[in-house]
Amino acid sequence: MYMKNVKIVAVFAENKLGQMARITGVLADAGVNVRWVTIATTESFGVIKFLVDKSEIAYHKLKEQGFAVSLLDVLAIEVSDRPGGLYRVATVFYENNINVENSSGFVLEPGKRAVLLIEVKDIETAKEVLLRQKLKLLSEDDLLNV
Amino acid sequence: MFWNKDIETISKKALEQMQLQRLQTTLARVVKKVPFYKHRFAECGLEKCQIKTLEDIRKFPFTTGADLREAYPDGMLASGRGSVIRLHTSSGTTGKPKAIFFSKRDINQSAELIARCITMTGGTRRDVLQNMMTYGLFTGALVMHYGAEKVGMLVIPAGPGNSEKQLMLMQDFKTTIIHITPSYALYFADFIEKKGLNPRKDLNLRMAYIGAEPYTEETRRKIEEAFGISVYNCYGLSEMNGPGVAFECLNKNGLHLWEDNFLMEIVDPVTGEPVEDGKPGELVLTTLCREAMPLIRYRTRDITSIIPEMCACGRTHRRICRITGRTDDMLIVRGVNIYPQQIERVLMGIKELGRNYQILLQGLDDMVVKVELNEASFDGRVEHLVNLQQFVAERLRAEIQVKPAVELHPPGSLPVSEGKAKRVIDMRKL
Repeated sequence: MYMKNVKIVAVFAENKLGQMARITGVLADAGVNVRWVTIATTESFGVIKFLVDKSEIAYHKLKEQGFAVSLLDVLAIEVSDRPGGLYRVATVFYENNINVENSSGFVLEPGKRAVLLIEVKDIETAKEVLLRQKLKLLSEDDLLNV
Repeated sequence: MFWNKDIETISKKALEQMQLQRLQTTLARVVKKVPFYKHRFAECGLEKCQIKTLEDIRKFPFTTGADLREAYPDGMLASGRGSVIRLHTSSGTTGKPKAIFFSKRDINQSAELIARCITMTGGTRRDVLQNMMTYGLFTGALVMHYGAEKVGMLVIPAGPGNSEKQLMLMQDFKTTIIHITPSYALYFADFIEKKGLNPRKDLNLRMAYIGAEPYTEETRRKIEEAFGISVYNCYGLSEMNGPGVAFECLNKNGLHLWEDNFLMEIVDPVTGEPVEDGKPGELVLTTLCREAMPLIRYRTRDITSIIPEMCACGRTHRRICRITGRTDDMLIVRGVNIYPQQIERVLMGIKELGRNYQILLQGLDDMVVKVELNEASFDGRVEHLVNLQQFVAERLRAEIQVKPAVELHPPGSLPVSEGKAKRVIDMRKL
């Protein structure tokens, strides 16, 4: 079954005052809604990652405004919002030798469902493994229309 | 104090006669032994040209840095390869450096000139010199080193950096003289103060020889104040032995250029015509004693002027003013010659970067190279960007010998000026 991969919009931002405001301004003007955000910084620059409801639009609008943007494919794994939910996923990855490069999680429905966003080197292989292990993968539609 | 009083106070007339005789010998030698000069002079119809007065030198063509780079590796040699014992190189714009060869006599002569300079400032064999310039292919450190040894003082070949160790050496061996760049001198004073020491009281220093890059009278005073020492300005270039071509005497009002070793001219950088006495222009030097690789009318690209009046110290070798700038776009950072073209070449060879860049010089002597990411090279990974930043810095360091800070910028974000892009912004206050 074909599933549209969840995309993260990654934006390069210099460590200058107002960069965040500028970037989120572009998204706001384009009517794009941000579901989740994280910033990784070094001394001189940062990379801001967004989960948005309209990733293609966000990508093009930011690019138009001169930002260095990239769309990253990530896995979205649904996890039950109880102790042990995250542990189960971590074990699957460990047992199947999948190296996680970046990861982030947030709750979708308190007490019920949470989602784990995972960046891996080989996304297709990881997808197969996870499906075999009966983990629930969310497509872009599943995740954004929740 | 004179190292060689007879020569240093030789009469004007005797000096000019000496220069003329040495010039004739040099020209005869290069036309015979250096194919480059043989062809160049023939092109100008000068093979049989007799030099009867010093002004006749103006009939001869200039030699430039480009000529040296084209002649690389040894196209300018006048001696056989077997008789040259040292090679030094100097930065070039196009990837090949300029190679300068020295015979045993040349090495000794360059040390001799340094000995004159040191003695001129009151340095003696009882001093201790800590040589904080970069050893290696540059002439800066080695030439001073040999000259100081000739005077008979203790020489500490510390090289630059590692301030903690420099301080230890200075205290343990009671260093009295340092040879250093202006920016490092200021930085080092600061470093010592931060340790709770007083550079004026807690060290044995009495003098600093400072050169390798232009600096103002203001900066000289700052360094003198900071350490409680006397700072002497030093001029030289690799193509002319290195440091010691010209040096300040106790009067510190201009640098005496050793005219028995170099025939100097000041020319208009555009027309090549000699300028009026005392007016600024480009310094052009002809070697009079060099054996392995004599150079005729070499364009230094340094801007200065001759001080025609006699100096109170009694030396008849005329003084030049402190260097005020260059006629080309060469930069000097931390005492190292750098051409923007070298940086450009490195950057253009890195596919993750865009075409635009900027070189920012700021603070004491810091270099920041701002580069643009290529549209395609951003994949959202911080680690990749960090690696790229480090890669660019390392590649640049390998080429220019100075490691700059590298700043990544989004594509198309660096300012582009019309016509020739203003690539270099120099905000240093030296």
